[in-house]
Amino acid sequence: MLKIVRYELQNVLRSRYVIAYGLFFLLITETLLRLAGSSPRTLLSLLNVVVLLIPLVTIVFGTIYWHGTREFTELLLAQPVRRSTLFHGLFAGLVLPLSAAFAIGVTIPLALHRTIGPDSIGLLALMLVTGVALTGVFAALAVLIAGLVDDRLKGLGLALGVWLLLTLGYDAIMLGVTVWFADRPLEGPLLALTFANPVDLGRVLLVLRFDVAALMGYTGAVFQRQLGGLIGTLAALGGLAAWMIIPGLFALRAFKRNDY
Amino acid sequence: MISARGVSKRFGRLQVLSSVDLDIVPGQVTAIVGPNASGKTTLNKIVLGLVKRDAGHVLFDGQPINGDAAYRSRIGYMPQIARFPENLCADDLVRMLTDLRGYGSRDEELIDALALGAVMRTPLRVLSGGTRQRINAALAFLFRPELLILDEPTAGLDPISSSLLKDKILREREAGRTLIVTSHVLSELEEMVDRVAFLLDGGIRFSGTKQELKQSTGERTLERAIAQLMRPVALDATALKVRAAS
Repeated sequence: MLKIVRYELQNVLRSRYVIAYGLFFLLITETLLRLAGSSPRTLLSLLNVVVLLIPLVTIVFGTIYWHGTREFTELLLAQPVRRSTLFHGLFAGLVLPLSAAFAIGVTIPLALHRTIGPDSIGLLALMLVTGVALTGVFAALAVLIAGLVDDRLKGLGLALGVWLLLTLGYDAIMLGVTVWFADRPLEGPLLALTFANPVDLGRVLLVLRFDVAALMGYTGAVFQRQLGGLIGTLAALGGLAAWMIIPGLFALRAFKRNDY
Repeated sequence: MISARGVSKRFGRLQVLSSVDLDIVPGQVTAIVGPNASGKTTLNKIVLGLVKRDAGHVLFDGQPINGDAAYRSRIGYMPQIARFPENLCADDLVRMLTDLRGYGSRDEELIDALALGAVMRTPLRVLSGGTRQRINAALAFLFRPELLILDEPTAGLDPISSSLLKDKILREREAGRTLIVTSHVLSELEEMVDRVAFLLDGGIRFSGTKQELKQSTGERTLERAIAQLMRPVALDATALKVRAAS
C-alpha cells in the first residue's frame, strides 16, 4: 500500500490545485493575523473558514480526484495489486496532501509572527486535528459519491448538494426544530442532531475549547452544557471518526464490485 | 493456461457474454476475433479481474480467479486505449510497476525498438495518442510475463510501429510464450496466430486451431473463413425468403 501512496502522492502533488489550496490557507491566516493581531482571535476567525471551506474543497476536489484516478486504477488493477490495497492507497493519496496543505498553510504564518504561545498552542493543535478530521470525513463522502455515481457532472452536483445540506441546510433544520418545539426540553434531540452532522461536530469540537459557545449558535451552547470538557471533545472526535469510517466502508464495497 | 467455463456478464440490460467456454493453450497465440461489441474486451478483462463476472468460473493454471491478485504478476496486459495517470511520466510508470512486480530481468527491447527513449521523461498528458500507445505496448512486454493479453494492439499505431510490434509478437511466439490477441482486423492476425476463438453476440461460435478453422470452412484465409462463419445465418434467411416467394 505504501508504494501506491507514494506514487499517487507524486501524481497529486504535481497538480496545482493542492498547492493553491495550501497557499490559500497561508494567505488567509496571514491576512487575519495582520487584521486581528493576537493569535487566539485569528484562530477563532479561522474556525469559520475551516468548518465551511475544508468540507467544500475536500468534497469537490475528492469527487473530481476519484473520477480522475480511473486511469491509475485501470493500470494498477492489471498488476498484482489487491483492490482493497489500491483503495486505501488512493484514499491516503487524497487525504494526506489536502491535510498537509491545510496544516502547513495555517502553521507557517503563525510561526513567522511568533504568535504561538502557551495559550494558543493547544488551540492550534485542536484546529489542525479538526481540519484533518473534516478532510477525512469529506474525502470519504466524496469517494462514496464518486464510487456510486459514474457520471462526473452528476457526481459533482451531488457533492455540492451534500455540502450545502450539511453546512447551510442543516442549520435551517436545527433552527426549525428549535422554533417548532420551543416549549419542550430540546437538549437531547439537538445533541443527537449534532452527531448526525460532521460539520457541526467539527464546529463543536473547536467551540468547546474556545469558550465562546454562545457565539456559535444553539448547538454549541447545548453541547457545552451537556458534555463540556474532555468527554465532549472525545465524543465529537469519535463521531467524526464514525463519519469517516462508515461512508468509507461503503465506498470500499462499491470499489470492490466495480467493473473497469 | 486459462480455462473459462460458463462465463456470463451483463452490463445493465446488455448481455455482453452469455455462458462462454474458452481454453487458452500454453505456448500458443490465440486470437479472439469478432465484430465490434461482441465481448472480446470484456472477456479479457474478466480474465484480469478488472470486470467481475456474473456467472461461471475462470481457472488460471488450475487455480480459480476469485479476487486475489498474485496471479496477475504473470500477465502482461496491453489495453485497447492506454489511459495513464496524467502527471506522471513513462519513467515513473516503469519504476512504479517495477516496484510492484519485482526486480526480475526486464525486456526493454520494445522501448528501444519503438524509439521511446526520448519521451520517457515527458509527462504523459502532453504525449500524442500514438506515443502513449507505443508506451502501452512496451509496458505490457516489460516484465517478460508468461501470458500476454493484447487488446487491439495495433489500433492507433502508425504502420512502422505496428509492424515492429507484430515482429515482437512473432518473436515471443517463437520463444514459446502464451499470447491472447484481440482484433477485428483479421488480415493482420493471419501470420501471427495458432488458434482462433470467434465471438459473436457474446457467445463462442468457433474455437480451435487456424487449420481447423480453414478446413471446416474450406477457405484459404482467416478473413474469408470468419466471413464464412458469419454467413450461414444470413444465407438461411435469404433461403427462407426465396422459398416463401416461390
